[in-house]
Amino acid sequence: MVHARVPGTKGLENYLAIFGSREKKLLQAEPSWLTHLRKTAIERFSNLGFPTAQNEYWKYTNVAPIAETRFDFVPNQTLPEISIQQLETFMFGHPEWPRLVFVNGKYLESLSSQTSQTDHLRISNLRSVLGSGSKVFESYLARIASFEENSFAALNTALMDDGAFIYIPEGKVLDKPIHLMFVSLTQNGALTSQPRTLIVAGKNSKVRVIESYASLCGGSYFTNAVTEVFVGENASVEHYKLQRESERAFHIGTTEAYQSTGSKLASFSIDLGGKLVRNNLTVGLHEEGSECELNGLYYVSGEEHVDNTTFIDHPKPCGVSRQLYKGLISGKGRAVFFGKVYVHKNAHHTDAAQTNKNLLLSEGATVDTRPQLEILNDDVKCTHGAAVGQLDEEMIFYLKTRGIGDREAERLLSYGFAREVIERVRIEAVRTELDRLLLARLQDCAYFAWRDRMKK
Amino acid sequence: MVNQAKALIDREYKWGFVTNVEADAAPKGLSEEIIRFISKKKNEPAFMLEWRLNAYRRWIKMEPPTWQHVYYPPIDYQGIIYYSAPKLKKDRPKSLGEVDQEILETYEKLGIPLEEQKRLVGVAVDAVFDSVSVATTFKEKLAERGIIFCSFSEAVQNHPDLVQKYLGSVVPYADNFYATLNSAVFSDGSFCYIPKGVRCPMELSTYFRINAADTGQFERTLIVAEEGSYVSYLEGCTAPIRDVNQLHAAVVELVALEGATIKYSTVQNWYPGDKNGKGGIYNFVTKRGKCAGANSKISWTQVETGSAITWKYPSVILQGDHSIGEFYSVALTNNHQQADTGTKMIHIGKNTRSTIISKGIAARFGSNTYRGLVKVMPKAENARNYTQCDSLLMGDKCAANTFPYIEVLNRSAKVEHEASTSKISEDQLFYLRQRGISPENAVSIIINGFCKEVFKNLPMEFAVEASKLLGVSLEGAVG
Repeated sequence: MVHARVPGTKGLENYLAIFGSREKKLLQAEPSWLTHLRKTAIERFSNLGFPTAQNEYWKYTNVAPIAETRFDFVPNQTLPEISIQQLETFMFGHPEWPRLVFVNGKYLESLSSQTSQTDHLRISNLRSVLGSGSKVFESYLARIASFEENSFAALNTALMDDGAFIYIPEGKVLDKPIHLMFVSLTQNGALTSQPRTLIVAGKNSKVRVIESYASLCGGSYFTNAVTEVFVGENASVEHYKLQRESERAFHIGTTEAYQSTGSKLASFSIDLGGKLVRNNLTVGLHEEGSECELNGLYYVSGEEHVDNTTFIDHPKPCGVSRQLYKGLISGKGRAVFFGKVYVHKNAHHTDAAQTNKNLLLSEGATVDTRPQLEILNDDVKCTHGAAVGQLDEEMIFYLKTRGIGDREAERLLSYGFAREVIERVRIEAVRTELDRLLLARLQDCAYFAWRDRMKK
Repeated sequence: MVNQAKALIDREYKWGFVTNVEADAAPKGLSEEIIRFISKKKNEPAFMLEWRLNAYRRWIKMEPPTWQHVYYPPIDYQGIIYYSAPKLKKDRPKSLGEVDQEILETYEKLGIPLEEQKRLVGVAVDAVFDSVSVATTFKEKLAERGIIFCSFSEAVQNHPDLVQKYLGSVVPYADNFYATLNSAVFSDGSFCYIPKGVRCPMELSTYFRINAADTGQFERTLIVAEEGSYVSYLEGCTAPIRDVNQLHAAVVELVALEGATIKYSTVQNWYPGDKNGKGGIYNFVTKRGKCAGANSKISWTQVETGSAITWKYPSVILQGDHSIGEFYSVALTNNHQQADTGTKMIHIGKNTRSTIISKGIAARFGSNTYRGLVKVMPKAENARNYTQCDSLLMGDKCAANTFPYIEVLNRSAKVEHEASTSKISEDQLFYLRQRGISPENAVSIIINGFCKEVFKNLPMEFAVEASKLLGVSLEGAVG
């Protein structure tokens, strides 16, 4: 496939200038491999430029608004203090979970719970590792998320300043989920943050990580996040990404995972906000017998635009992948789904299934969906399906005959549609919270109204 | 089983003979002079020359597309002979008896002896030999009902108003690289006009065949079905064995007016190249139909077993309210064949419906890609689409890809897409074999079952041929 490049360097100067101004300081503070990495990345970014619609992978998502806006890296005014109470609504009712809090991309120790460095287990912010000379960190960082063709990953790699580093040693099973909270707080002017997360799960380990992206006020800002996940031999990782940025925010997220022999990955990507959102999720089943399950749910309203682009690579035999993405689109919202499954020549006994379903809830809501299968092997079982439709008139009628109003019936059915994804969430507190959030977005809680009436 | 499979796969292309007919050809290459030469040779009216030149001027500014999932060395467009006609006696033959005996024999070898068909099958055949239509049967019988079925050149001479009105109305001359090239140089093709309210009493058929070496074949088909009419059109293709690749860039335009139905069936069996991928036809074709009127229907059925590269997307523009578009396809790629084929359904009118059934079979080094677009425009209320693409893989060196594009701009649309890729299941094979069916026949039965949904949409005689073709091309490819 030919990757078209942006003619000229529109929108790049700002970032190149920031890199230039930081370069000297970084050279002193960071090990040389990291400076070299950053330099390669910024070069790649300046060569690639921001993607345009000529690039097949960006056909339906126009990032010109990001390229054209000048985002600052530091707020031009002092921000109000944030109290822990303000963050509580994002904590799923479990403030005791290990927690790292970032505000506008900067780690705030005062709001985070204890970080752990015992037993080689590490749950810490990235900045504290960047200059530490950690060998583990060096051997994984930027090895999973390639920035060769991804200009946003390149930009993040060049300018990453903070984020999270999670290392789970061999055999360790963490019972509590780790919560990474990326909070944005802007008042005037547009800010950008480039958070970076690296999760390394050693052999036979088990970990659950929740990444939350949220806003404390409805400003305009640009989050460019990159997460790398290494799933070791027979390890199991659950990764939740809950995105509820402000309705004026831009969010570009790149998540890439490397799976070792017999490993399992469950990924949840929930989008409930953002003006322009793009999630790139890449999972490489690089070693035999690994399994992944990717789930996605997006609620798009107003004039929001949400794009989920996933790529599952099956280079080795006996890989299993499952994918279910569902979307509710209302207002003048636009949803994009692009899912590619690639099965290599020697990947015998590959089993891949992919489903994308979209519900159009209003006039003016649009969807573009492209599930893709590329298969170079005969000994496989691969399926995909995509559907676009609206609520079934007969179902609405059925509910109406039972005394449920039109709008309420619609909400109830929409909720039922989305529920299939929420049900798969394995952490009860997260499941309950997602239920609540979804119902809130479906406006007044039709479901509860109905349930209350049933009780009477 | 492996040996049997080998014997079958190695079976040679049996339609690969060359007919020795002296050809009346233009020199190699493409220029304004060549286009003027073609136009003059065909004694065309001024508007046709104008149209060709416009296309040519546009074409020289265009770049060949690069997004496709097929690979081939760059084509030297100046190395192609753009016009080649078998040299005939001065006057065109009035009856079959006057047609060059050798040409008639060619068709006999192809299994469509004109005489026999005329007598037994009742199919009217407009045989395109290289670029010029040789003989058209049943023309008179059709003329009684006002149906015009003739070669494109004849249509330009006898019905210039119709040609001018509809030529390029579905595929404009600037549409894409190959359609534009075709618009500039097309030498002949078929023209069909069904008047208002007429149901065409027989299946119309064109048999294309590339004969002369180094010639590209650029034919153009235009079918216009007036209000309330019906026509079923068959197209079959074969080509002789040659070591070099030949380019085939045809254009097919269908126009269905209010309440009209056009059924277009293709069995494409161009020479696929030898088992090392040498030679074979590059089949780069633009096929598009327009359901211009309300309640009209266009149905494409294709069985693609030949060509080194097949690259085409028979499409339907559903403009009229309540119009219907259908696409049924079986694409087979064996040895080093490549196919990137599918359809586009553009829903514009209200209550429009489309169905896509695509079956891809890839064996050995074959690469088979389904690529399709379903687009529902903002005003297309209650549009419906159902798509099913299945791929069957035989051998671990082949490839199957599925690239659907679904773009929905209207909330009342209902679009479904399903696809699966797998190999022939061991269980199915075992089941058939334990009932004493040879591995050969078992595979054949399974493949025929796999393609049944498409075959049942072919006219009877084509269905038999298609089924046989598939058998010859594939039987035993599972080892």
